[in-house]
Amino acid sequence: MHPAFSVIFLTTLIGIGQGLFLALFTGQVYSLAQLLPAQESQNFYALGGFVALVFLAGGLLASFFHLGHPERAWRAVTQWRTSWLSREVIVLPVFMGLVFLYVLIHFFGWTQPLFTVSDALPVDLSLIVGFLASIAAFVLFLSTAMIYASLKFLKEWYTPLTVVNFTFLGLASGFMFAAAFSAYEGIDLVAFFGTWAVIFTLISAITRFASLIRNRNLRHNFNLSSAIGVRHQTIRQQTQGFMGGSFNTREFFHHKSPFFVNSMRRIFLVLVFLVPVALIVASYFMQSAFLPMVAFAVQYIGLMAERWYFFAEAKHPQNQYYQAIS
Amino acid sequence: MTQLALVIDLNVCVGCHACVTSCKQWNTSGWAGPLPDQRPYDEDPSGVFFNRVQTYEVGCYPNTETVHFPKSCLHCEDPPCVPVCPTGASYKREEDGIVLVDYDKCIGCKYCSWACPYGAREFDELGKVMKKCTLCVDRIYDKNLPEEERKPACVMACPTSARIFGDVHDADSEASRAIREQGGYQLQPEWGARPSNHYLPRRKQQIHISDDELVRADNPLRKEDEEPFDQQSETLDDVAW
Ligand code: SF4
Ligand code: SF4
Repeated sequence: MHPAFSVIFLTTLIGIGQGLFLALFTGQVYSLAQLLPAQESQNFYALGGFVALVFLAGGLLASFFHLGHPERAWRAVTQWRTSWLSREVIVLPVFMGLVFLYVLIHFFGWTQPLFTVSDALPVDLSLIVGFLASIAAFVLFLSTAMIYASLKFLKEWYTPLTVVNFTFLGLASGFMFAAAFSAYEGIDLVAFFGTWAVIFTLISAITRFASLIRNRNLRHNFNLSSAIGVRHQTIRQQTQGFMGGSFNTREFFHHKSPFFVNSMRRIFLVLVFLVPVALIVASYFMQSAFLPMVAFAVQYIGLMAERWYFFAEAKHPQNQYYQAIS
Repeated sequence: MTQLALVIDLNVCVGCHACVTSCKQWNTSGWAGPLPDQRPYDEDPSGVFFNRVQTYEVGCYPNTETVHFPKSCLHCEDPPCVPVCPTGASYKREEDGIVLVDYDKCIGCKYCSWACPYGAREFDELGKVMKKCTLCVDRIYDKNLPEEERKPACVMACPTSARIFGDVHDADSEASRAIREQGGYQLQPEWGARPSNHYLPRRKQQIHISDDELVRADNPLRKEDEEPFDQQSETLDDVAW
């Protein structure tokens, strides 16, 4: 497939937004359980949530560049019964709304406990909204990934690994940002978020590697013979029927050399997994506030390469109809 | 239930592109249009077509056959392009099974084109909506046209009658009969889309020979009705000296 920049930005940016929100909420739950020192709500949760919103809005904005008629985008909520794209279009604003509420609650400090569960767990508004938003974040991971994983003949995507990868890569980059953010703010949660960022990065390294291996061993069951329904071993296309370009020759192929595609894979393996983990570990020993930020930046660049490769790797069966010009 | 479709005879298609041009002409100026072109007379031209004719060579030289292969939306009975559309712009008509795009609803997300395994949809870069073959829905029901012209433009244009239009759910239609009697097949049935359009394969031609062609009835120099040579009777050699 042809990797479109709008979709690369959309999927990576909202992944960070989701991951970052989940990181913040995890932090809140941990401090509730007194595993972490409580944070001043206004600065940390409100500001962090706001940054998550900025990422989500950036993704949303990028997605509009993918549409021919963004002014009609509201129509895309109608087919949620059948279309994962429609489901994503519904869940993204819902999630953004919940995060916005979460930010408001923390900003105005409406965090007095509403009630207490079994005399130990004080439940406030932010906890309830945060919990709902966390569910929305996971549903959003699912919907985004299922847009690709539900296309049966794009075999490279047609696997649960697609969902797993989108989720863990989003979590990794979100927690990585949370680490960078706390380093920047001088809050001593760097080690907590950094550790989780490394854990999620390592898990996603395993699952992404698994999908790379799976796709390397894929056998495609289509060829020219099945394409035109002529049973013969030797079929050659003489002409695709036109000498210029068409949507079909542009949309479904990356038009890059195999060398370029393979380089992208190597680049993303290094930038998404190797370098950030090394940087976080180094920052742990050096007590550096700067390294987590670099780790996040490097991982994000790597994620763009990863998404590029994700699209480029998928071989659409329609391409066999467009192989020769004469 | 009706399922209108095309049955395309690969045995007689000569690859003349008459269907391509007549389709473009009809549809760019009609209900489904326009079908805009970019840089039509310059370098790197591009444009929207609902129908393309491709050419394949089967076999190894010198034992090859050239197969011309017209390709358009197959109006699948289980179209994978329809359920993925987030807006409902892509839909399959209940009454005749034609798969259409409502240009006023389409947001141009191109997801449907990803979901079509046959590459039958083409994006209109000018109108920013998805377009595809409509089976000339604006012709086939047009009461202003004479009855015999209420067919898709490509069918009307084909000089070799390689394109049969009809209801493939009606067992007595010309289309169904052709599929049944001449080995009609669907493209890549393994995707489960159940395409409605069928293709008729290359096959040995039938030849019709009537009795009078066998005896060359209209040839004054014909020999067929001469008596066979008779050993007993005289020959020219016997009487000449
Ligand atoms: S050929 Fe493609 S566009 Fe046409 S109905 Fe089938 S899946 Fe949809
Ligand atoms: S491009 Fe238009 S018809 Fe196709 S899926 Fe998107 S909204 Fe539906």
